[in-house]
Amino acid sequence: MTIPATLQGRAWVWPDNVNTDIIIPFRFKARTNDPVEMAKYAMYGFDPEFYKKVKQGDLFVAGRNFGGGSSREQAPVAIKYAGVAAVVAESFARIFYRNSFAIGLPALEVPGISNEVKQFEELEVNVENWSVKRLRDGRVFQALKVPGFLRNLMREGGLVEYYKRHKTFPWEQLQTAAATA
Amino acid sequence: MSKTILSDESLTFAEKVIGMRAQSNNRPLSPGEITVLPVDMAMAQDSTGPLAIKVFEEMGVGKVWDPSRIHLVIDHTYPAADEKVAKLHILMRAFAKKHGVRLVEGSISHQHLLENHVVPGMVLFGADSHTCQGGAVGAFATGVGSSEMAGLWATGKLWVRVPETIRVNITGEFKKGVYARDLISHFIGMVGEDGGNYMSLEWKGPAVRTLSIASRACVSNNSMECGCKLSIFEVDALTQEYFRSVGRESIQEVHAGLKATYKDTHDVELGKLEPEVAEPGNVDKVKSVDELEGTPIDQSFIGSSTNGRVEDLVVAAKILKGHRVKTGSRCIVTPASRQVFEYAISNGLAETFLQSGAVFTNATCGACVGTHLGALGENEVCISSSPRNYTGRMGATSAKIYLASPATCAASAIEGKIADPRKYL
Repeated sequence: MTIPATLQGRAWVWPDNVNTDIIIPFRFKARTNDPVEMAKYAMYGFDPEFYKKVKQGDLFVAGRNFGGGSSREQAPVAIKYAGVAAVVAESFARIFYRNSFAIGLPALEVPGISNEVKQFEELEVNVENWSVKRLRDGRVFQALKVPGFLRNLMREGGLVEYYKRHKTFPWEQLQTAAATA
Repeated sequence: MSKTILSDESLTFAEKVIGMRAQSNNRPLSPGEITVLPVDMAMAQDSTGPLAIKVFEEMGVGKVWDPSRIHLVIDHTYPAADEKVAKLHILMRAFAKKHGVRLVEGSISHQHLLENHVVPGMVLFGADSHTCQGGAVGAFATGVGSSEMAGLWATGKLWVRVPETIRVNITGEFKKGVYARDLISHFIGMVGEDGGNYMSLEWKGPAVRTLSIASRACVSNNSMECGCKLSIFEVDALTQEYFRSVGRESIQEVHAGLKATYKDTHDVELGKLEPEVAEPGNVDKVKSVDELEGTPIDQSFIGSSTNGRVEDLVVAAKILKGHRVKTGSRCIVTPASRQVFEYAISNGLAETFLQSGAVFTNATCGACVGTHLGALGENEVCISSSPRNYTGRMGATSAKIYLASPATCAASAIEGKIADPRKYL
């Protein structure tokens, strides 16, 4: 399941510090191992009906520290299986960020982005050149760079797909690299 | 291990461990560089382990790298609260049996590992954000998610980014009624809930030696609430004594260099701290107890990996002794491990809790995660010694959670409203 270079969709705009208990409360995620079931509780802390309102290919734009708190991978999984194609945020909490690449959910850090996008505005996320385009005026926002091995991992759909295809994990051949390589 | 890196005065704790242990390296690495670390120990619990198992099986890897280094811990919802949870626990037990990995039931993972396995200098990855508790005894311990845990089970390695480091100098002595939990709550309030995101914290200064191992564990554990990757107390005489007492003497001491580069340095004078309380919704909305005194509560929870140790239960019992939990409110006391539970039974603490009208439970994460043993209903208010007060954390979305030390939670239980513990000490 390779992720295409460009993802166009409408943006749900969220505030700073959206934590993992808001994204999927513990009591729901602790009772299932099924991503489709997890998706029913995506963003439950803000809107228990979110999964009925979200459309396939929608995007997220958020403020600072998106995904703070727990290590629960069920958080990016719920967002992905609810139909969200990519998350753009001013910054991500460390474990949520790692998890997003590990499960194949594009996560782009774009400082200042939350003030530039209105609720349900159309955007185009480019996961090849790692940028976000605002379609109303064509303005392009460059995301902070991430190492190539992580972008490849994400494009290939995450660790399960990657391992099935290559029979190796992305870090097994990794040489020490600058974070911005 | 490279002697050169170990004695290099220009490197932080994290830079030293990564420099010494990183694959095909053995040279110092700078913050921002990414490399691969061989891992000494891996842990997953019952809310991350089942997904890791599913992922591991979907990958079709077959075998784990070293069963003796892999721990599966059933702690978050133990014993199972319902059939759905039980199904995931069964999956963990079957995986443990099939692969021969270690299975632990009914102690909180971080406390169990500290009591039995963690040693200074160890590289520990856990599928639980509070794994950074291991830093209390000088371990390189941090959290990851389920898929990466599955990949770690397969390879024994994982990629890491070298973190920047924040130094926290602590001086002075706590006033009466003020504890390690108040120190870390105050610090989170100072730097904010992402003030340590991606970073390593190093706790330094003359007051470190006055903090017990349990107090250091509280601080390292709860440091996660500012987003950090590591929270380190270097090995000192107290750590050495602790490892002698538990019979784990093979330890690798790593000390940050005297000329290491820090992104930031904070000073905290312990004598200036008050009993601190975080208001509902965000861990960094921290106030001193007098600003919130009198706020009515429905429930007080004393427990969790942050504050469910012997010293926490001792102070809670001291406050509750001779008092009753306020009629109409509940007090739940949950030890962090079977060892703590047994201590509480053998030393009269459990009796004090029961006589006061509190509920004394088995060791588990329990009410902290709102699945059993104290979930909150609509609009209920709880004061809790657990790490998080996020919306919906302990149950209903409309419920409110205040965070405080076990002492403040115990005093509040007596009054049925937020109370200053000092009047009971």
